Amino acid sequence: MPESILVVVEQREGKLNRVSWETLTAGQALSAETGWPLQAAVVGGGVAGLAGEVAGKKVTKVYAVESPRLDPYTPDAFAAGLKQFIEAQQPKLLLMPHTYQVRDFVPKLATAMGRTVISDCIGYKKHGEKLVFTRQMFQGKLAADVSFGCEPPWFVTFQNGAFRADKVEAGTNAAPVETVKVDIPDNVIRNRPHEVFKEAKQAVDLTQAEIIVSIGRGIKEQKNIELAKQLADALGGEIAASRPICDSGWLPMDRQIGSSGQTVAPKLYLALGISGAIQHIVGMKGSRTIIAVNKDSEAPIFEIADYAVVGNLFDIVPPLIEEVKKAKAGA
Amino acid sequence: MKILVCMKQVPQKDAPLKLNGSSTWIREDVSYEVNEPDAYALEEALRQKEKHGGEVVVITSGPGRAQQVLREALAKGADRAIHLEDNAFVGLDAFNTARAFAAAIKDDKFDLIFTGLQSDDYGYAQTGVILAELLGWPHATIIMQIERTDSGIRVKRELEAGFFQFVDMPLPAVLTIQSGINKLRYATLIGIKQAKNKPLRKVTMADVQSSISANLQKIERMYVPQKTKNTEFLEGPAAEVAKRLADKLRNEVRVL
Repeated sequence: MPESILVVVEQREGKLNRVSWETLTAGQALSAETGWPLQAAVVGGGVAGLAGEVAGKKVTKVYAVESPRLDPYTPDAFAAGLKQFIEAQQPKLLLMPHTYQVRDFVPKLATAMGRTVISDCIGYKKHGEKLVFTRQMFQGKLAADVSFGCEPPWFVTFQNGAFRADKVEAGTNAAPVETVKVDIPDNVIRNRPHEVFKEAKQAVDLTQAEIIVSIGRGIKEQKNIELAKQLADALGGEIAASRPICDSGWLPMDRQIGSSGQTVAPKLYLALGISGAIQHIVGMKGSRTIIAVNKDSEAPIFEIADYAVVGNLFDIVPPLIEEVKKAKAGA
Repeated sequence: MKILVCMKQVPQKDAPLKLNGSSTWIREDVSYEVNEPDAYALEEALRQKEKHGGEVVVITSGPGRAQQVLREALAKGADRAIHLEDNAFVGLDAFNTARAFAAAIKDDKFDLIFTGLQSDDYGYAQTGVILAELLGWPHATIIMQIERTDSGIRVKRELEAGFFQFVDMPLPAVLTIQSGINKLRYATLIGIKQAKNKPLRKVTMADVQSSISANLQKIERMYVPQKTKNTEFLEGPAAEVAKRLADKLRNEVRVL
C-alpha cells in the first residue's frame, strides 16, 4: 500500500509485548500528522489471534505475517520473512519498539533492502514535508534530529517510554485482519535458539517497591553500599542499582534497574551517584518523584529529576539518614 | 580462533561537550577514551584466544587520535591492529562504517568478529549486525557468554528483564558483546612495551572509497535537549540540603 505507516508489533510465545502499544500510539500520531494510513503487522508462527487483538485499536488493517519458520524467533527468519512482506506491501514508514529483539534483526533487514534504521528515537518532528526523528546522543547529553537520505521504506525504532501505551486509541470497529504466509527456505536459518529462561531466582520484585534507593558508579566501592542500604532501610524502601554495580557483583542481578533489568515506577526513586545513561533511564523514568544526587552538574540524570543535588553523596546521605530517622520518630 | 574486534573511540564519559559551528556534531577538543562495551568485546576476544589459541586483531576508524584505542588493545594482548585513518570516517553512518570495515578486512579469514553492543556516542547498536549481513554471516547480539562446540559456538543472549537464551551458531559469526560479560584486564608494562612492535596497518579513505557511498541518513541538527521537567536544585551545605530533602520527602513526596 503506497504511503502507509506499518507498526510491527512484538510477541513472544503468543503474548504481545506491551511496549508495542507505545509504538502503535506513535503510529497513530504520525498517521494523524502525515495523513498516511496506519497498519500493523504481527510476526510469528501462528499469530492470527494476536492480530485480532491489535485490530481492536484504531488502525486500518492488521496483518498476521506467518510461517512455521518464524517460531522461534531468529534474526535470519525475521529478516527474510519481513523483507518478503515489505516488498509486497511497500509500506513507506516502518515503526518498531527498540527492544532487544528488534535490535537483533532490524539492522539486518534494512541492510538486506539497501536501507537504514534510525534507532532508539524519542520523538519526531515535521519540518514542512520532511519528517525528522529525534534521538539522544552521547548518553542523553545532546539530542539530534535525524532525517532519511534514501528512498522508502524507512525504518524507525522508538525508545521504551517515548510514547504512552495507555494513550493508544481504540478503533470504532475491528480492523480487517489478513493472514500473509511468507516463504522462508530452511537453509536461511543458521542460529538454533533454545528455550528462553530467567536466570536469578528473583528474591525481590522491585516493581512492587514504593521507594527505591538506587546506586551507580558514584558509590565508588562495594563497602559504601552499606550507607545506601541504611538510607533505604530508614525510608522503608528497597536498594537497587545501575548495571555496572551488578556487573561487578556488588549487588545481585535482580537489583538491576534498566533495559536489561527491571523497569520500575515507584512513588520515590532516589538516584545516588548515577549519571543517567539511557539504558538506565528507560528503566525508571516513569517514577513519580525522582531525586538525584551526583557530583557532575552535567549528568543526564538531572534532566529527569524533580529534586536535584549537585554534590558528594557521601556528604549528603549521612545527614539525610538522620533527618529521615528524626522525621519518622517524630511522626 | 582468529577474532576481529571492532573498537571505537568516544568522548570521555564526563567530558563537557560543545556543539560545533553548524550544530551537526560536537567540537572535537575533548578527551577521548575507548567505548566501554568495546573494551568488554576485546577482553572476551583475549580470553577466547587464551583458551583456544589463535589471533586477536583490532580495528578502528577515525582520525589519528583513534590510534590510542588500538595501542591500548595491543598492550592488553591483541596481536595486530588496523586503523582506517581519516577524519572523514567520523561522519559515516553505521552502514558505511560497516562497509568500510568489510572492505578493509576482505583479505583476512576471521572465525569471529566482535563489536561492543553499542557505542556511547551514537548508541545505535547497528554496526555489528549490519556487518554480519554484508558478510553473509550469522550473528547474535547482546552476548554474555561464548563457548565452543563441535559445530561452532553456543552463546548466551541477554534479553530484557532478567531473561536469557542460549543459541547454537556455526562459524564464522558476528557477535555484539554486552558489558559485564567479564572483568577487564589492565595492560601490563611489558604489554605496553611489546605493543610498540606489533603490526599496525593503516587504511586510507581512498582505499575503501569504492565500497562506500552517500550516507543513508543525516543529522540535520544537534542541540542541547529541551528540559521538560521542572527540576528544583537544592543548594547549600550538606546538613541544610539534607534537612530540605527531608522536608520535601515529608510534604511533597509524602513518604515520611
